[in-house]
Amino acid sequence: MGGQGTGPDRWLIRGVTVAGYGGREGRTADILLSGGSIAAFETGLNHSGAHVLDADGLIALPGLVDLHTHLREPGREDAETVETGTAAAALGGYTAVHAMANTDPVADTAGVVEQVWRLGRAAGHCDVQPVGAVTAGLAGVRLAELGTMADSAARVRVFSDDGRCVADPLLMRRALEYVKAFDGVIAQHAQDPRLTEGAQLNEGEMSASLGLAGWPAVAEEAIIARDCLLAAQVGSALHICHVSTAGSAEIIRWAKSKGWPVTAEVTPHHLLLTDELASGYDPVFKVNPPLRTSADVVELRRALADGTIDCVATDHAPHPVEAKETEWSEAAFGMTGLETALRVVQEAMVDTGLLDWAGIADRMSIRPARIGRLAGHGIPLEAGVPANLTLYDPASPPAAVVSAGASKSRNTPFAGLDLPGRVVATFLRGTPTVLDGKLA
Amino acid sequence: MKRHLISAADLSRADALLILDTAEELAQLADRPIKKLPTLRGRTVVNLFYEDSTRTRISFEAAAKRLSADVINFSAKGSSVAKGESLKDTALTLEAMGADAVVIRHPASGAAHRLAGWVQGSVLNAGDGTHEHPTQALLDAFTIRRRLTGGRRGAGLDGLRVTIVGDVLHSRVARSNVLLLSTLGAEVTLAAPPTLLPLAVGSWPCAVSYDLDSELPKSDVVMMLRVQQERMSAAYFPSVREYSRRYGLDAARMARLPDHAIVMHPGPMNRGVEIAAEVADSARSTIVEQVANGVTTRMAVLYLLLGGTEFPAVTQ
Repeated sequence: MGGQGTGPDRWLIRGVTVAGYGGREGRTADILLSGGSIAAFETGLNHSGAHVLDADGLIALPGLVDLHTHLREPGREDAETVETGTAAAALGGYTAVHAMANTDPVADTAGVVEQVWRLGRAAGHCDVQPVGAVTAGLAGVRLAELGTMADSAARVRVFSDDGRCVADPLLMRRALEYVKAFDGVIAQHAQDPRLTEGAQLNEGEMSASLGLAGWPAVAEEAIIARDCLLAAQVGSALHICHVSTAGSAEIIRWAKSKGWPVTAEVTPHHLLLTDELASGYDPVFKVNPPLRTSADVVELRRALADGTIDCVATDHAPHPVEAKETEWSEAAFGMTGLETALRVVQEAMVDTGLLDWAGIADRMSIRPARIGRLAGHGIPLEAGVPANLTLYDPASPPAAVVSAGASKSRNTPFAGLDLPGRVVATFLRGTPTVLDGKLA
Repeated sequence: MKRHLISAADLSRADALLILDTAEELAQLADRPIKKLPTLRGRTVVNLFYEDSTRTRISFEAAAKRLSADVINFSAKGSSVAKGESLKDTALTLEAMGADAVVIRHPASGAAHRLAGWVQGSVLNAGDGTHEHPTQALLDAFTIRRRLTGGRRGAGLDGLRVTIVGDVLHSRVARSNVLLLSTLGAEVTLAAPPTLLPLAVGSWPCAVSYDLDSELPKSDVVMMLRVQQERMSAAYFPSVREYSRRYGLDAARMARLPDHAIVMHPGPMNRGVEIAAEVADSARSTIVEQVANGVTTRMAVLYLLLGGTEFPAVTQ
């Protein structure tokens, strides 16, 4: 038990069940946090002078890591700020988020990514790792200064034009090749622009009867197939954002079977919701990529369970009320998700028996941190590692999701839905950002 | 009947027959020198039109006025809409003005549905994007029943074979007609190039054919859909001429129809594209009747939705 200081910044978490520790089901331990690290991890710790958190019945996970968050700042501070978005992240159990580049101005220069990075440090609710744009202004014409962003204080490693697809195959090839020089990864928003002109909803029975322009699965799958082939050709890391169809999962499974350097994420909403929710034309269910069918949901869950899809990423996309309180076709795409992600994933993956809590730690912390090349996060809990962790009560009785939270926006598709579980506490380098389910 | 009429799927067979039978009663008004009834006196009907559609607006306006309702026409051009007011704010404005019914035409699918969530009065969908146009289907059903069954009260369209031809994918008229006509017992077939049919059309209560010629001899009704200008350059078909050759109704094709069969079109027509002039002007064509029946059918819908104080005892 070395490295213990004295004073109020020490926490003793007593009797917590640690996912994956001592067997798949985990077993209970006491964890002492001190000096920003896990100072001790064993049973029967009894340390005077530390805050004691009785964690009987709670599960400890390495702090969650989101690969896909829209914090909206700079430019759309009416929808979200780094402060409010990271507060929402902490309440959802996250200790690190990747801030997407489609801000205004676009995060396509060292100046903007450093600004976002500094705002994250100032907010202090969780670490903010900026994502850089692949192309200047997200315009899909020429590469942004990827190397300069990589060398900046923000240390950018993930690059994405998310919100738009890098549709030009030559530009995509060059981007994949170029980022090899600094161990970067291109996170592709897979959406063929021509096949989705004016598209509003998954192309199928719902889009046909609602008279909403169809968004075919092939528009996503064709880009994924192409990019997997490109990644194999040039030997570069490709990450697929928000996989939404059964066919996409099948293509990624095939690419991985070849040993190609491809990773993928799925959102909580695509693990739980289907396009039938669009029947009332409420744009709170309008999202890019669109909600798909129940058959897709089943296959996405299976792919996350077997590791074909590496991780859950929220695609937290806050929008002001007026962007959603409108006709479907006029409304903005996107849903908030940081505050509900873990509860949704419990409902979709744990309570269905598809993943245990060690699996959740892997898919929501360890693998996304690895894909994002994020140091200090996504490390299995043991003595000596940074004290980034989440305490979660899976037995908390199902309760209706309320739309009002720490996020500035209210566009959660889960409002009113009964979901199990509750994030009890989040620690960022030993300091609580959330205690008893509230911001600390 | 529900409070709103947004989709033809909202109508049970009994609802639909009640509307058609009421329209038959009201049709007799048209033969009278004074065409007006006092049933909706003091009620306010707003025509909220976000698309140019003079014929539909006039039809609803005439229907409401013949029932003595006060009519307010609100068109997107020259209104606050041009200044960017949201549909919700417009809805709240109409609500504050005491609209008993709002008739809405809008380019966005689902606009009528959204509006119904924001106003207390009845919402009547007069066409929302590529979704539905239920009163068009009702007037079409009314026209078919009159022509082919003599307008007998209580009668459905059981066993009648209706072929709907053209741009089903983007047609609100087709969607509403498939739903309503099948509810009333008709056997509906959609005839179109595959590019103009929804991929999921197999889940609809109708048959599908790519070959118009094979459908014509067994059709009691052929309903031609308008080919919108913007489809003509969007790769749905190679050229207007080819579309017309394969799916246009010309005199030669009309001759393949059974003698009693009728030809319908919701208007406005593209003469020479989906329908030849000699077909449009033939005795089989119901196109002008459809316009007249539109007023009567919309009167019936307004009357039933707004629960007029007294039934127009026209027959007495």
